[in-house]
Amino acid sequence: MDNQRRKFLKIAGASALAGIGAPTLVKLTAGDALAAAKAPADGHGAAAKDHGPEVPAGIRLAMVIDMRVIAAKPHLLDKAITACNEVHNIPDFGGDRKNEIKWLWKASFEAVLTDKSYTRLSKMVQNTDFPVLCNHCENPPCVRACPTKATFKLEKNGIVAMDYHRCIGCRFCMAACPYGARSFNWQDPRPFVKKYNNDFPTRMRGVVEKCNFCSERLALGQEPACVEACEGAITFGDINDPHSEISKVLDKEFTIQRKPTLGTNPSVFYIV
Amino acid sequence: MIEKTLKGKPAYWIWLAFLGMFMAVGAVCYARQYLFGLGMTGMSRDVSWGLYISQFTFLVGVAAGGVMLVLPYYIHNFKVFGRITILGEFLAIAAIVMCLLFIMADLGQPLRALNVVLHPTPNSMLFYDMIVLNGYLFLNILCGWVILTAERKQVKPPKWIYFFVYLSIPFAVSIHTVTAMLYCGLPGRHFWLSAIIAPRFLASAFAAGPALIVLISLILKRVANFDAGKEAVNKLVTIMIYSAMLNLFFIGLEFFVGYYSGVPGHKHALQYLFFGLEHHGHVYNNLVPFMWTSIIFMIGSIAMLATPAIRKGNEFILGLACLMLFTGLWIDKGLGFVFAGFIPNPLHEITEYIPTANELGVTIGIWATGFFILTLLYKIAVSVEHEIEE
Amino acid sequence: MYNKKTIIPGLIIFVLFVTFPVWFNGLDAGPVPKPEMPQGGQKECVLPADEMRASHMQLLNEWRDDVLRDGGRDVVTVAGKEYRKGLQMACMECHTSQEKFCDTCHIYASVKPYCWDCHITPEAATKKKETR
Repeated sequence: MDNQRRKFLKIAGASALAGIGAPTLVKLTAGDALAAAKAPADGHGAAAKDHGPEVPAGIRLAMVIDMRVIAAKPHLLDKAITACNEVHNIPDFGGDRKNEIKWLWKASFEAVLTDKSYTRLSKMVQNTDFPVLCNHCENPPCVRACPTKATFKLEKNGIVAMDYHRCIGCRFCMAACPYGARSFNWQDPRPFVKKYNNDFPTRMRGVVEKCNFCSERLALGQEPACVEACEGAITFGDINDPHSEISKVLDKEFTIQRKPTLGTNPSVFYIV
Repeated sequence: MIEKTLKGKPAYWIWLAFLGMFMAVGAVCYARQYLFGLGMTGMSRDVSWGLYISQFTFLVGVAAGGVMLVLPYYIHNFKVFGRITILGEFLAIAAIVMCLLFIMADLGQPLRALNVVLHPTPNSMLFYDMIVLNGYLFLNILCGWVILTAERKQVKPPKWIYFFVYLSIPFAVSIHTVTAMLYCGLPGRHFWLSAIIAPRFLASAFAAGPALIVLISLILKRVANFDAGKEAVNKLVTIMIYSAMLNLFFIGLEFFVGYYSGVPGHKHALQYLFFGLEHHGHVYNNLVPFMWTSIIFMIGSIAMLATPAIRKGNEFILGLACLMLFTGLWIDKGLGFVFAGFIPNPLHEITEYIPTANELGVTIGIWATGFFILTLLYKIAVSVEHEIEE
Repeated sequence: MYNKKTIIPGLIIFVLFVTFPVWFNGLDAGPVPKPEMPQGGQKECVLPADEMRASHMQLLNEWRDDVLRDGGRDVVTVAGKEYRKGLQMACMECHTSQEKFCDTCHIYASVKPYCWDCHITPEAATKKKETR
């Protein structure tokens, strides 16, 4: 009797473990199988890869922020921030540094471009607030860190996106992001959202959030809210398309990116 | 063998009730946090990991420290550790349980924790941490239980168990290596972005784990009539001295790289920890007294452990030194290491972190849970030893 | 079998305890909920009603992954009518009331989906306006 019970318990325990482990194994191997099955169909992309990184494949959405325009009209930046906050139902904690949620915000040059030399700064740079947002890196450390693929890069357009349904709130991505672009909902944000935009959800407590390059507006053929609000200070588009407006701006102007030495290759450029 | 936990002297029950009280406090605090959100803690947008993750990091080390008993005993056939190897394995179990509880306490959406398994992501270090932590927990339960059962029946343990015993050794190293990799693979966090983090973690683990085991065996000698043996303790002391010195050496190397190279990013966090960091006319130095206490405790305990009094068996000095070493290492890794990584933040602003009372309640509750489990496990181990002796 | 005297009464107590909800309610599952249908009087949706009833949660999950992960925000066309993919911006345009539609069954079946922790119902939107 006793012996049988032991045996039963052992078998039951082993099966339970196998049951828990099996889905993981299936998922991991199935993912590879899917990728392998898809590869031949995507022959174009594969061919481009063979020729090395010089030929960029697909769309890569990016932003060029012209600080000369914003320095001349600082109110444009405030307008852009307000537009972003309203469109995305971002809660307002009244400047409380602990809880604040920021998708697009402003900070000084030294704070934004920390690794640029600033022994002496021009008056324009000293007196102007710079916009800060998620850089939608080509090589995003947050995506690497996320243990559930709740944050991921959209292959279609290069946007680093979030799935708030899946985020477990471990905040590994916040530690991984070298740009401080991510915010965590330390409590239910809803009471702090002033007015709902009914075309976009809010977030729940316990998940991380950040700028999504207005994916939801792009899907409807609109520009990102900040781009629309700031009347030409920001150029938005596909930098892999040599004929796009943004490519022309990048060809013409000298631009800088935040912390280029980290190898993340940000998609937000500044003209100073 | 579980029935051994149900019989004990009044002191045993009072001790369990004492721990149970803190566990209850922890449960209430956690319920509050669960209902409100992690806003009940002192963490913020800038310092997004706090006491929970730092305790997790430290306790992974305590768990890995158990290998300093397993390795000499099973690989080098160092018989002296025979009596206490089980203490190392059971300490690892309790420490890993605490680690897992701290991770759960830290999640913003704890009910979704299984997403890590349902959506496995091999590019995330947390995925591997999940595997090695659970694997090490399983291995220690298995090895500890099978070997103790065999010991109780006074037969040789089955041969197959040695496969798992040997496997547990690389697992012990891997849990702390992978935990270090959570930190040292993040670009833009200069304090953590150092190849020396994993070895430093291992060095401090191999000092902290044995320090706790020596401390506990001194207690067991008094309250449970269980003697680890003088030779075993002396060998552990030697391991502790070398490991603690290595840890100090590694900290020294971090200082050298930061201050000699003069690269601001490498200096800032050290400056914040040990001297206070000035920013816009305000000096941020909350952790300075803690860090110097840590350094003094580490150096002081090494000096004490190296004195002849220890070898002659002065248990008071030995106990005090172990306590100091454990506390010093706890401050170093269980407070300073994690908090300072967020200072300054990626925009070179400074937000200091001060845990809230509720957060401390949860933290103490989890520690109490760990010691509760440890007490039960050690009760089993010691009772079996007594049974054999009878 | 040994310990008959304790095991059998124990089993009986256990069975009675776990079936408590069944016999406490007199073997009656209560009145079947009647969710309120859309005001406009539409009869058709993206799937027949019984399929929707059984598997709307899978459909919503599929839509969610399509829209968020695969960028598939294209519309669903059923019987010549176009539907967007989404809870807040599609389903709830017709099924406007969470309380009178969704909750009726969810409460009955004792499920608590977290949809409306983020997604704004028309009710929540009007409430927000009133409080301000």
